[in-house]
Formats: sequence, C-alpha cells, structure tokens
Amino acid sequence: MRPVIDGFPWITDNLSLVFDKTGVHLLIAVLALLISIAIAMPVGVWLGHVHRGGFAAINISNVGRALPSLAVIAILIGVIGLGRNTLIVALVVLAVPVILTNAYVAVDTVDRDVVDAARGMGLRERQILARVELPLGLPLLFAGIRTAAVFVVATVPLGALTGTDGGLGDIIANQASYRLEGVVGAAICVAVLALLIDGLFAAIQRAVTPRGLRGQIDFAAVQTAAASNPQEEGTP
Amino acid sequence: MADRKAAGAGAAAEIVFSHVTKHYPGRRAAAVKDLSLVVPAGEICVLVGPSGAGKTTAMKLVNRLIDFDEGDITIDGRSIRELDAVELRRGIGYVIQQIGLFPHMTVGDNIAVVPRLLGWPKQRIRERVAELVELVGLEAGDRDRYPSQLSGGQRQRVGLVRALAAEPKVMLMDEPFGALDPITRDRLQNEFLRLHEVERKTVIFVTHDIDEAIKLGDRIAILREGGVLAQYDAPDAILASPADDFVARFVGADRGLKRLALRRLSEIELDSPNGIPPDAPRTSLQTTIRDALSLMLTEGAENLVVVDDSGEVAGLLSVGRVSRLLAEP
Amino acid sequence: MSGPPPPVVIPNFGGASKCVTNNDLFCADWVQHNWGSTLQPALLEHLRLTLIAVAIGFVIAFAAAVVARRLRFVEHPFTLVGALLYTIPSIALFQLLVPFTGLTETTVEIALIGYTLLILFRNTLAGFQAVPEDVLEAARGMGLRGREILWRIEVPLALPAIMAGLRIATVTVISLATVAAFIDDEGLGSPIFRAIQSNVFKTELFAAGGLAVALALFADAFLVLVQRLVTPWARRERT
Repeated sequence: MRPVIDGFPWITDNLSLVFDKTGVHLLIAVLALLISIAIAMPVGVWLGHVHRGGFAAINISNVGRALPSLAVIAILIGVIGLGRNTLIVALVVLAVPVILTNAYVAVDTVDRDVVDAARGMGLRERQILARVELPLGLPLLFAGIRTAAVFVVATVPLGALTGTDGGLGDIIANQASYRLEGVVGAAICVAVLALLIDGLFAAIQRAVTPRGLRGQIDFAAVQTAAASNPQEEGTP
Repeated sequence: MADRKAAGAGAAAEIVFSHVTKHYPGRRAAAVKDLSLVVPAGEICVLVGPSGAGKTTAMKLVNRLIDFDEGDITIDGRSIRELDAVELRRGIGYVIQQIGLFPHMTVGDNIAVVPRLLGWPKQRIRERVAELVELVGLEAGDRDRYPSQLSGGQRQRVGLVRALAAEPKVMLMDEPFGALDPITRDRLQNEFLRLHEVERKTVIFVTHDIDEAIKLGDRIAILREGGVLAQYDAPDAILASPADDFVARFVGADRGLKRLALRRLSEIELDSPNGIPPDAPRTSLQTTIRDALSLMLTEGAENLVVVDDSGEVAGLLSVGRVSRLLAEP
Repeated sequence: MSGPPPPVVIPNFGGASKCVTNNDLFCADWVQHNWGSTLQPALLEHLRLTLIAVAIGFVIAFAAAVVARRLRFVEHPFTLVGALLYTIPSIALFQLLVPFTGLTETTVEIALIGYTLLILFRNTLAGFQAVPEDVLEAARGMGLRGREILWRIEVPLALPAIMAGLRIATVTVISLATVAAFIDDEGLGSPIFRAIQSNVFKTELFAAGGLAVALALFADAFLVLVQRLVTPWARRERT
C-alpha cells in the first residue's frame, strides 16, 4: 500500500518533470491523432456518403482492434527502426480503423428518408453531406475520435518500453532511476490523463450533438463485432 | 435564376408525360412503360395502382430523382432534361410518406431550407414561414420546436408546408398520409384540399388507396403491373365506366357507391317536395348521395326530405332517383 | 540510446548464420533454430495467460450480469468500475498493482481480468435485456421456472451478444498480454522486449510480433466461427 500512497507526494515533489513528460506525451498523442483523423475521416465519410465499401469499412476495425499494439510497434521497429516516428506510425496504424469505421457508419446510417427528402428538395451532394449527413452523423463520428484519442494516450507509454520517447511512460519504465514511488506516481498520472481525455471528448461529443437529437442517441462508439449491441471500443 | 422561376404565389404549371419509359438495369419488365398523360396546371393528378405498378417511379421521374430512358417530360413546355436537376428540384415541392424532416433543425428551419437555398431575403423567409405555420394550423411557438417533439400528424403537416415553402409550381407527394391513423389521415386530407384551394399547385400524388385517390384527385391515373397506364380520367368517369376488368376490379365492386360519395345533394336535381310523407327522415343539402342512401336504408324509408341551411325544404330524394343517378354515364 | 550501435547480441546463439550476424530483415534459419526453445513456449504461455484471464473474467462478468438482469441498481456501479479499469492504460495498471502482488503472474492476470470485465458484462447484460418481453411472458405462461428461463431462453438468446463480447475481450487480452511481459517475463512480449534490448534484432521482432498478430487474428476468426455455429438463428444479423 505504501508505494501507492507515496506515489501522490512524489507527483507534487516532481511537478516540473511530470509536466515535461506530460507535454511530450500529449504532443505525440495529438500528432498521431491528427494524422489518423486526416487519413481516416475523409475516406470513411466519403464511403458512407456513397454507401460503398461497407464490408471493408466495417471489417477494417475488427482487424484493427485485434492487432496487438506492442506487436505492431515491434514489427514497425523492425521495418523503420527505433524512434519517435516509429511510435507515431504505429499509433496511426492502430487508430485509423476505429475512426474510419465510425465515420463510415455515422454517415452511412443517417436516415435514408431524410437524405431522400434533402435530395428531392434540391440540395446538392456537397450540401447534403455538409448540412444533413455530417450534422446528423457527428455524435457517432466523434465517438470514434474519442475512442481513438483515449487509445492513443494510453498507448504512448509503450514507446518507453520499446526504447523511444514514451511521455510519462519514460518514468513508468525506468524504476532504476525513479524508484517505485516514481513509477506509481507516473502510472497514476497516465491513468488520470486517459480519464481526463475521455471526459473531455465525451463533453465535446455532447456539445456537437444537434439539439433536435439530444436524448435520443447512444454515445458509444460503433462496436462492429458486437453487431447490434452497445459497447465501447479498445482503450488499454 | 431559380428564384425567378419559383416566384409568383399561386402559379402552377402543366406537366406532360409523352411516351416515357423507364427500365431498371437487371430487370426484364419495365418499371414505367410508354406513359403518356397531361396534368393540367393547378390540378391534382393521383397515380394509383397495385405495388409494382411503377407509380412512385413515375413520380420520381419528374424531379429527376430517377432518370427515364425514353420519351420526355415537360413542365410548362420545357423538357426537364434541359434543366439542371438540382435547380429543377428546388422548384418542385416534395413530400414523402416517411416525411424526412431534418431532425437537427427546428420546424422553422426545416420549412426555410429551400427558400434559403434560393437566396430569399431573410425578412421574406420569416414571413413565409410564419404564414405557412399558421396556414397549417400549428401554433407560432411550434416554429422553434424540433421534429422529435411533434406528433405524427404535426410532422406530416410540417412536411407538407416545407414542400410549399418556396412557392413551387409543382408538388410531388408520395403516399404522404399512408403512415397515419385513419382519423388523422382524414383530417390531413381535408386540410390538404383546403390548402390546395389557397395555394393552387399542380400536384402529382401517389397512393395505393383508391378511396384516397377518389377523394383527392381531379384526375386519376390507374397504373397496372409493368408501369402501363390502364385508365386516366376524372374519378367520376372512372367509376362510371372502368376501361377494363382490371380497372373495374381495382376500383372495387362498390364503385357505384363510391361514385355516389363524390356528389352532394346540392349538386343534383331533387324531386319536387309535393306530397311529402309526414314521417320521412330529413337531411341537409351538404350530405353526399351515398350518405343519404345509407340513411334511407337504415331508416327503412323510401324517401328523404332535403333541407337547406336555413331549414327550408329544398326537395325530395327517392331510392328510385338514386338508382337512376347510378345509371347515368 | 545514443552513440554508435554496439554489435547485435543474439540470444540462444546456437548456429548464428551470416543473416543473423548481419541482422538482416528476416532469417528463417534463426526461427527454425529457436522455435522449440523460445517462440513456441512463448506462444503457449501467451495462450495460457489469455485463456485464464478470459475464463475468470467471464465467470465474474456473467454472474454479475445475471444479478444485474433482475436487480437493476447493480448495473451502474459495476459498469463504472469496469469502465474505470478499462480506461486506465495497461502499463499504468500493471505498475499500480506491483506494490500489492509484486512482479508476478498474479499481477498480470488481475490486470488482464480487469480489462475483460466491462466488455463481457455490458455485452452479456445487453444480450439479456434484448430478450423480448413477450418471449419471457410466453415462457412464464408455459410454466418455466426462473432458472429454466435463464438457461433455456435468456442465455441462448443472449448468445450472439455474449459471443461478440468474448471476441472483443479475447483480442484485447491477447494484445495486453504482450505488454505484460514487462512485469512478468513470459508470453510473446518477452521475445519482443529481448529483441529490442539486443539492439533491435529484427528477425526476433518480426517473428514474435507476427506470432502475436497471427494469434489475435486467428482467435478473432475462430470466435466468429464459433459464434456462427452456436447461434444459427442469428446469422442474418451479421454485418
């Protein structure tokens, strides 16, 4: 019990180190997340709009979720070598599927009658996407980004286990320098960081939900393997 | 611009189908086959038929949600092929059974969609929305509510006026009242007819319900399987003389009674009121002949005294007179 | 981690070929040599870690779902604890447990079980809750007792959801078990870490990483197959 309790004073005693590491941690996470969004969202949204490639778009996240993070990092180290970029590439590989699948499903499942009405009223395809499909799909789309964000933040520390920057993971993986109190303190920080990110994105998700839809939708990310069941997706 | 085109409240346009054919790829039978008909400006044309008769397809050809293979469709003499599909649709009101209200927009915003797309000035949009909300019997406060907060009937009313918002010359309606309960449906049908008196558009209305077709249509186009036009005429004419067995079966064995429901006592010549039997039941001039007949049958009376709004006797209706009316072409 | 790279140190230096000493991209002969001594044991350990965690996690989650099915107030606290555990990054959870249970397999298993709970509980409960009320009423009307309704009606009907949960939980645990080698030196994470410490011995990275990926994909596909076999009535629901 003692080391866990000692973890808290360790944090306050080493605030500047904690802030530094948290900064690197978030930098890597944000970079990986932005790249993932830039790749996955346009593809997912476009496939959803044209209602094509559904099988691939949905199964990519089934496969993506199954990939063990450390194994992906290991393989990429073999290919690219050690370094921060390898970690970021690995994070992107692991985060893209969930964002893509959610973007696809978000747009694909917008009520066809609503889209039909929009088209019949003379909205152009671009306008249908921007004014109808995206606003209505936004909660689900953000659910994917939220899941990916928490996943990325939780996975950055693996960088430290694999010989590169790992943000707060650097402390967790280095008991020789920081002793058990430091390891535990950093572990607490990572856990809190992940919970904060989850809460932050949950708040954003609610904020972007159109008012006419509030109280009617499920905020959970698409759980492809679970077919019709609510479920959250891969964090740890 | 489309703005110009849609301008002019109350304007309506003639729609002409000439030899229009539509084949869906991979299907042998045509969805619509060599369809020719003229819908005069300001009239309600009901497309009716069993499922698979291509009535929805025929309707969606008009706003080019579906493109036809052969023939031509003109609105006010202009082929719709010459127009940009999107511009065309903005000038045509569109109502579907599932309504398709935008759940993330308020009632007011839903109604304002097309006027905004057409670039109407804000003030004009505001006035138009207020006018329509009132016209359809919603309260001013309903303008700021979301579709999820409305009842089914209210939603369909909003769907109806949303289609009217940009003062289109043409309205396409695909079973708009099909999902409503009978009482709400009846009320909305009446409101639609009243609305049509105020804002006279050319309407193409799809339904599979022959009674709805008879009630609403100035003309009825009966389509049969394979998208072939079986008969196109006024309801009374179709009920009086069905073109063939298919039409006769489709309109039903009670077509005589249905026909009687089309006319009110005020529209026919009544017998002279001389020699009224003292115990004869009474009814008003606004009663349909069908209801009058029903009254005679339930009362077991040979005659009915018809009175006008002020209670004065207007004439006499006898069972014999009704059966002579049925024999008229 | 700076300076000129020292020469690659190869563990199990049995018959180091030129390929191995050069640290080429992939050396099949090394894999052949070390399959029996390193890779296969690691794979089996990994499988054992996974099976234990999923089995124990399932028993706990299933029991909790059965209780929550009737006592609604159980659902929320259990979900909350599960979600909390699920959101804590694996490496942090492992380390937080070390002061209590040390650098042992127990530590690893506790954390892995913790990660399965949310998924298994929520899916199982969702499966129960999706059983139509009229079906339950019919069952009661035919004289089935509570326990009979559970095993003959509710569990079979919840099976697609339960299987889907097992599928996600299993691949999640396979993934996290590789990280667990940092705490307790076993499973496929063990050769991965060793290869990185041996100045990035590529063949071992590919072999162990590839095995982990293959195991996860195989387990996923296997459970899909099982899911289809045990729920023939739900086949058209597949997306």
